[in-house]
Amino acid sequence: MTASSPMPPPGAVPAGSAPAPGATAPLAGEAAMPGSTSGPLLRVEDLKVYFPIREGLIRERHVGDVRAVDGISFEMRRGETLGLVGESGCGKSTTGRAIVRLYEPTAGRIVFDGVDTMTLDRAGMKGMRRRMQMVFQDPYASLDPRMTAGGIVSEPMDIHGVGSRADRQDRVRELLATVGLNPDYAERYPHEFSGGQRQRIGVARALALEPDLIVADEPISALDVSIQAQIINLLEKLQERLGLTYLFIAHDLSVVRHISDRIAVMYLGRIVELASSRLLNREPLHPYTVALLSAVPIPDPVVEARRRRIILTGDVPSPVNPPSGCRFHTRCWLRDKLGNPQECVTVDPVPREVLPGHEVACHFAEKVIESPERAQAVGVPVPTTASVGGPVVPPTHPQDAPPIA
Amino acid sequence: MATVAAPRARRAEARASRGLWRDAFNRLMRNGPALVGLFFITVFFAAAIFAPFIAPYDPIAGSLADRLQLPSAAHIMGTDLQGRDEFSRILYGARVSLFVAVGSVIMALIMGGIAGATAGAVGGKVDNVVMRIVDVMLAIPGILLAIGIVAWLGQGLPQIMIAVAATNAPIFARILRGSLLANREVDYVSAARSLGASRSRMLFRHMLPNSLTALIVAATLALATAIIDVAGLGFLGLGPADPRTPEWGTMLTDATRFIRQAPYLIFFPGLAIVVAAIGFNLLGDGLRESLDPRMKR
Repeated sequence: MTASSPMPPPGAVPAGSAPAPGATAPLAGEAAMPGSTSGPLLRVEDLKVYFPIREGLIRERHVGDVRAVDGISFEMRRGETLGLVGESGCGKSTTGRAIVRLYEPTAGRIVFDGVDTMTLDRAGMKGMRRRMQMVFQDPYASLDPRMTAGGIVSEPMDIHGVGSRADRQDRVRELLATVGLNPDYAERYPHEFSGGQRQRIGVARALALEPDLIVADEPISALDVSIQAQIINLLEKLQERLGLTYLFIAHDLSVVRHISDRIAVMYLGRIVELASSRLLNREPLHPYTVALLSAVPIPDPVVEARRRRIILTGDVPSPVNPPSGCRFHTRCWLRDKLGNPQECVTVDPVPREVLPGHEVACHFAEKVIESPERAQAVGVPVPTTASVGGPVVPPTHPQDAPPIA
Repeated sequence: MATVAAPRARRAEARASRGLWRDAFNRLMRNGPALVGLFFITVFFAAAIFAPFIAPYDPIAGSLADRLQLPSAAHIMGTDLQGRDEFSRILYGARVSLFVAVGSVIMALIMGGIAGATAGAVGGKVDNVVMRIVDVMLAIPGILLAIGIVAWLGQGLPQIMIAVAATNAPIFARILRGSLLANREVDYVSAARSLGASRSRMLFRHMLPNSLTALIVAATLALATAIIDVAGLGFLGLGPADPRTPEWGTMLTDATRFIRQAPYLIFFPGLAIVVAAIGFNLLGDGLRESLDPRMKR
């Protein structure tokens, strides 16, 4: 795959809407390889997004912060899909919105294609926005009800002054066809479309400026299950054809691991584990990831029947006043097992590369490897960490069926 | 309702495209109470516009010989103390009510719209200052504020118009601001922002058009209260500068003094006020239902 984003071929074939289970992204296997082109597309360094809490009627006082994102770092290679998962309120959407600068980061750097976007002025940022686009969660809220589908898809081009009026109209038709909609629907209004069709319009809008990066903020969680697979397949086909890079945000691990090359797991404003999709799913190293995986059903009744879920107690703690030390210690099953070591409460774990390409922020990640809980959650008898793609694991992901449970 | 839904869906398939406005209009045309309201308003407008052609007598000059007559074939609503035809006065009174009500609501829309849009779009300190002024104005009962303003500016239709506008403007300001703020966080505005849209583009292309429906409904309902306010001011003796001008509120006041001799004189202006006000209220409610985008989900 080339790093540049080529124009879609003229007369682009509409992406089929039938789910094609065999169509996996060709990049899936290359996930562990270092980026072959010049450097990462996106580098996020120690990103923090705080929302101030103010009190007082006349003179507002700053009484605290909601630390939605509290110091996260990661890189995205060109053409890859990075999944970002976590419970509601863990800061995954905030991260996505900070990258496209819908939220102003409190601290940290967002380096896009070698340029630190934090240092850009308005005009510079506007130019940069062309290269990163967003697909929103709720297709009922993300399309202006008073604009036609054509108007919505052409708006990015209007804003950036791309092409003549006629060019834009042609491009709108082409884009609608690309996302599998009838180009004649350009004159229709959003309320005349179904949820899945609306989301296709949202994708067409994101494609209009031929971006390099698309931040997909839970693009399917508002859709019917049967439609989810269609949108996922559409996104995968577009990636293949246009060389797109996706930051795919979701709370459902089973969806994310199907589409992602690598996955970052977030908890309370931090990335707790980052690894290739394969490694993360088969050999998770963080107790939180293990808990998430244990909630994903495995399509094997024998394994499923023997499995025990790890139920996390309580809610996610408040991001206004996060727990000391490891943020997960208040709900950690491993900490209980280890006899509540003091380290968890006092020392904030730094993300470390426990295995090649596998980062985790846990003091006792090695203990996770040995735990029967992990084996149960993954659904594999006894895992051996040394062997990548060991004998017990079939070559294709057995869990990667389309998310029709 | 269920019987309506199916053909509606089929019609949606048949038609190439329908805008939201058109859609709302179709829904309004199926709303019974709103149609009743529309009928009342049509009667009211017709009376106001065609008063010179319909009215059988001069509304100002009467003959004292015919004073305080009961409704009859010659005078279908009777005559008042000065022997003027009540029906003609009601018709001409519609002109005053309509003129002042519509004028004041337009004035209020301009004042409140600018204030609310500024507060909602600029935010921060400007928002704080504008909205505190609005709060203060809303704290004073509307009719009291109107009385104060007429007392200050003097009697006359333009003054009444300003007074009634002043009671509605803060309401409009608050509605528009609230609507804009709610719209600012909606994803389609976020989408425009992430595309690099300018502030004015976001405001004029996305936020304002989507905030207008709330304002349209409020303005229609405000027409009803404006008519009542105008009549109220007239009733309290703060009507048009020329006491001969037919005005429903003033007519009511005059009639109260002869309620024993001619009770019908209080009935007809009262009925006119009620019909006009209910008409706008019904239409406003109907508009609210048909314009609410949440109905379309």
